[in-house]
Amino acid sequence: MTLLTIEDLSVHFPTRHKVFVAVNEADLTVEPGEIHGLVGESGAGKSTIGAAVMGLLERPGHIAGGTVSFKGEAISGRDAEAMRSLRGAKISMIFQDPLTSLNPLLTVGQQLIETIQFHLKLSDGDSRKRAVELLDRVGIPLPDERIDMYPHQFSGGMRQRVVIALALCSEPDVIIADEPTTALDVSIQAQILELIKELARERQTGVILITHDMGVIADTTDKVTVMYQGAVVESGATEQVMGNPQHDYTKSLIAAVPRPTLKVHRFPQLSYGGRSIEFHIDDLARNWQKPEPSKSGTLLKVENLTKTFLQKGALIPSRRKYFKAVDNVSFDIRDGEVFGVVGESGSGKSTVARMIATLYETNGGKITFDETEVTALSSNRDLEGYRRQIQMIFQDPYSSLNPRMRVDEIIAEPVKHHKLLEGAAIQHRVDELLDRVGLGSEAGRRYPHEFSGGQRQRISIARALATQPRFLICDEPTSALDVSIQAQILNILKDLQEHLGLTMLFISHDLPVVRQMCDRVGVMRQGQMVEVAETEELFANPKEAYTRELLSLMPKLEGLSTEGLKDEIV
Amino acid sequence: MSDQTSQSAPKSMFARAWDSDFAYNFRRTPVAVGSAFVVALLVLSAIFAPLIAPHNPFDPASLDLMNGFTAPMAANEFTGDVFWLGTDDQGRDVFSTILYGMRISLFVGFSAVLFAMVLGITLGLIAGYVGGWIETIIMRAADVQLTFPAILVAMLIFGVAKGITPIEHQDKMAIWVLILAIGLSDWVQFARVVRGATLVEKDKEYVQAARMIGRGKGIIMLRHILPNVLSPVLVIATISLALAIIAEATLSFLGVGAPPTQPSLGTLIRIGQGFLFSGEWWIILFPSVTLLSLALSVNLLGDWLRDALNPRLQ
Amino acid sequence: MLTFVIRRVFQSALVLLIVGLVAFSMFRFVGDPIDNMLGQERTDADIARLRTDLGLDQPFPVQYVKFLKGAAEGNFGVSYRQGRPVSTILVERAPATLELAAVSGFFAITIGIGLGVFTAIRRDGFMANMIMSVSLIGVSLPTFLIGILLIYLFAVELGWLPSFGRGDVVNIGWWSTGFLTASGLKALILPSITLGLYQMTLIMRLVRSEMLEVLRQDYIRFARARGLKERSVNFRHALKNTLVPVITVTGLQLGSIIAFAIITETVFQWPGVGLLFINAIQFVDIPVMAAYLMLISVMFVGINLIVDLLYFAIDPRLRVDQKGAK
Repeated sequence: MTLLTIEDLSVHFPTRHKVFVAVNEADLTVEPGEIHGLVGESGAGKSTIGAAVMGLLERPGHIAGGTVSFKGEAISGRDAEAMRSLRGAKISMIFQDPLTSLNPLLTVGQQLIETIQFHLKLSDGDSRKRAVELLDRVGIPLPDERIDMYPHQFSGGMRQRVVIALALCSEPDVIIADEPTTALDVSIQAQILELIKELARERQTGVILITHDMGVIADTTDKVTVMYQGAVVESGATEQVMGNPQHDYTKSLIAAVPRPTLKVHRFPQLSYGGRSIEFHIDDLARNWQKPEPSKSGTLLKVENLTKTFLQKGALIPSRRKYFKAVDNVSFDIRDGEVFGVVGESGSGKSTVARMIATLYETNGGKITFDETEVTALSSNRDLEGYRRQIQMIFQDPYSSLNPRMRVDEIIAEPVKHHKLLEGAAIQHRVDELLDRVGLGSEAGRRYPHEFSGGQRQRISIARALATQPRFLICDEPTSALDVSIQAQILNILKDLQEHLGLTMLFISHDLPVVRQMCDRVGVMRQGQMVEVAETEELFANPKEAYTRELLSLMPKLEGLSTEGLKDEIV
Repeated sequence: MSDQTSQSAPKSMFARAWDSDFAYNFRRTPVAVGSAFVVALLVLSAIFAPLIAPHNPFDPASLDLMNGFTAPMAANEFTGDVFWLGTDDQGRDVFSTILYGMRISLFVGFSAVLFAMVLGITLGLIAGYVGGWIETIIMRAADVQLTFPAILVAMLIFGVAKGITPIEHQDKMAIWVLILAIGLSDWVQFARVVRGATLVEKDKEYVQAARMIGRGKGIIMLRHILPNVLSPVLVIATISLALAIIAEATLSFLGVGAPPTQPSLGTLIRIGQGFLFSGEWWIILFPSVTLLSLALSVNLLGDWLRDALNPRLQ
Repeated sequence: MLTFVIRRVFQSALVLLIVGLVAFSMFRFVGDPIDNMLGQERTDADIARLRTDLGLDQPFPVQYVKFLKGAAEGNFGVSYRQGRPVSTILVERAPATLELAAVSGFFAITIGIGLGVFTAIRRDGFMANMIMSVSLIGVSLPTFLIGILLIYLFAVELGWLPSFGRGDVVNIGWWSTGFLTASGLKALILPSITLGLYQMTLIMRLVRSEMLEVLRQDYIRFARARGLKERSVNFRHALKNTLVPVITVTGLQLGSIIAFAIITETVFQWPGVGLLFINAIQFVDIPVMAAYLMLISVMFVGINLIVDLLYFAIDPRLRVDQKGAK
């Protein structure tokens, strides 16, 4: 029997200028024991569907049409009290961020027992017993002890397990999981997804898994529904949709996913819905003053780099606690290559980038750039020459541009600071850069909030190119972006290397992306460099156990269609 | 969401401001428009008091003691003169004294807030961005001062200042001492908020981008961080203005503020309190209503600002 | 936990030392104590003798230590204006202020928190909006105007309640209380409403905004998604989280009640330390000002210490250290 049926569901958000249609006549069904993936890029309306089913739409959003039925009985349009009795009891929800989903002032047990008692009407003792069983089931070790602990005493992955246990308290028939693993590291992500799979099989629970990640869809779900701008564009068995997509949007989305197993020259520009952009990095090459290559062939050399942070302050120095974020790391980057650094969160990869960018001081070790020892330079004046030659592209396109500065001021700032050009020549360079990254020179007179995430990242790239640097640091430049936008940005970065001969340090947690971008890769773990190798060599024959583990956790995506990629495969 | 945002042509500053959600929100909120109107009316009539007021209450020559205690809109029994809002014991026109009193109240309020704002923003920016022992000193001082209510700090400063100024200068200095006392008692709010916002902003990537270029601390603080921390400052400044006006009125009412030779609204209420029980209600009523409308409309404006600038609610 | 308390006590002591320094500097440098204590007919010998007696010829730090010692023993010197020891005057006056502050503090906290929760939960309701609008008038209305208004209504026009003073008091040892007589209780009503109203509005508005903030959090949405009753979500989950920031400000508000008592006491001619202080400022009676400052800072520091300890009772993140499941 079909558990949940969504028919012609529309959700509207009236705003000042118009009614924003977040979901437009969407259909979806969930069967017992089935994991139904709901995939789409940001703004596709996938989370809104989850909230609408739960009756948790934020005002002024409301269901404008269609029905949601549970076991054949319509549940949309009921009053709040009726929805509440169904919520939790028959349909549960898991949120994205385990850090904020639990009440910090109540123990895990108190939260579990309250929910169990409310739904199952058990005695205090039985509720507690049941809570311990649930914690045990979701894989919390020593559940009898852990039950009396507070959420802050659990790690992120453990908290998400507790959240799942809470969602199971009422023995629901349907669970809606909204990006349940997005905030977690890849190794923990795999465990949580495995747990969700097991629970669905074992209890015959229907699961709606909302995600933006094609890897998660391909590895976890039985069926998938693809959404674009509020509407369902394609739906079917996961293997069918991933392997042989019918709709143009699905095709473009799948073509943009970086594959771990094959390397492409460029991502195909399968455009859909006006997303394609024209950029002409090759045109920039004409006015680009390429510097002499370094004599040794090595542009940047990092030796025994170390960084410690104060973890716990104390009056007495011996009682202070320090944390070694980067521990004795060495590598070098050759002229003109893209060097990747991969690792999970907390591995110290961003700290390395920030030390090279002179944003952090080092606590030991040497950084040498084109025969000059950068770590020996202390004053701002001495560092000017180095800073002009390096630039950085940051992770978050929303915070990397000053919201109170105009775009042309943002791009001109490094040029003016280094006094590279004067007067009209500055404006000319800004216009040219904006044109070449596909935004058009009139974009300069606007403010950052008028642009989308991908456009902002292109503004960041224009700023980074303004001083005509030799070396570019990219710190997770696409991890906050949708997959189709990511493909655009990665293409631009590939062009920068090819046409302008830029050397790059590319920091990422995403192995498939690293495979597409980098010539050589270093793997970091807990502040240390575990392994450095040529990219193809690392993916084919990893030497270290940790590298093998990381590679094994990576989604294989073998069932994904390769339509449109054929010409680009290297 | 997509590239469509870049299609329309850039607009002029004014059109941009008028079309912004902020201005739209303002136009759509009757309370905000109404209170802005009242504030503007009161501020303008205070500024142009010499042109509007029928009498100059500070000019002894224009006063006639015979006109004392004239009720509003009633002819005086000796002189036959009519005053809109009546007169006080010395025959001063209440309407005129209110206009002149509001001038002093607003002058003290605005100056004190400006003083507190400049001091607080500077110290807050430095504490937040530079950190280290400078931050410790500034914020500890703020904490200690925060333990004491602003009005008490203002009274103490007033008392000390009174102790060290010679008696013959006291009346002349009183207004400046008031501004100093209220301003010094209020900088902590600004410093704490600016420091908090600075700590958030300084970790943002646009500040790191500026540091990477090699920009100095001063430029980063003024050009990058300051413009981004101003919206909470605006809210606090508005609420502080209401508080400063009330604080000034309170001090003057207690007799430790504006001197009788330069009466502010608080002084007028202090004077009027004595006549309330003998039936001359207008001497206290009208200054009180003026004070209340001033404080209330500034507070309403601040309340609206806080909601309108709250990024979460947008 | 223990280190935390020790650190807080240490910090409190530091605050008191700094306030003491401010008070002493006032004492020492504002106005000349010799001028104040000796009349017009004085000789150089008198001045020299008094300087030695008062220890004014000793170095500044020595004088400061002496002052602190005196302050610790409750000895703040002699009031310039009344010619009596400051400590005696303070002991006489303190009960009046403390009783007034206690009554209005209780009134402000209970009603303030109650109304704050109410307006947050029913945030679009008619009553809640009414209360919020009226509360803005409350914030905009200076304390002294509230007092005058109440006196005019209930004392002058209606004649129900006294317009000034404490009524009849009963002495229990050195403590004089107004709680035990009908006229004493009646006299308390208007001043405590006057004093508590402003604090009540502030607490109410703070509780409301903090509670609305908490109600937006993910764990509240998750609690709702689990189908828990609104009552449990609002009180068990939301209110407790609201209390953490509210306690700090409420602590500060309690402190300011004692300071704001100055205004109320002036309006109602209430014979407490506030009235004493305002008279001291008008006459630059430095010993009284210094003593008042020290007294009030001891109270504030004490309240802050209690607030910090309350955090421990409420927030497990402070109580339990970060070890645990990984």
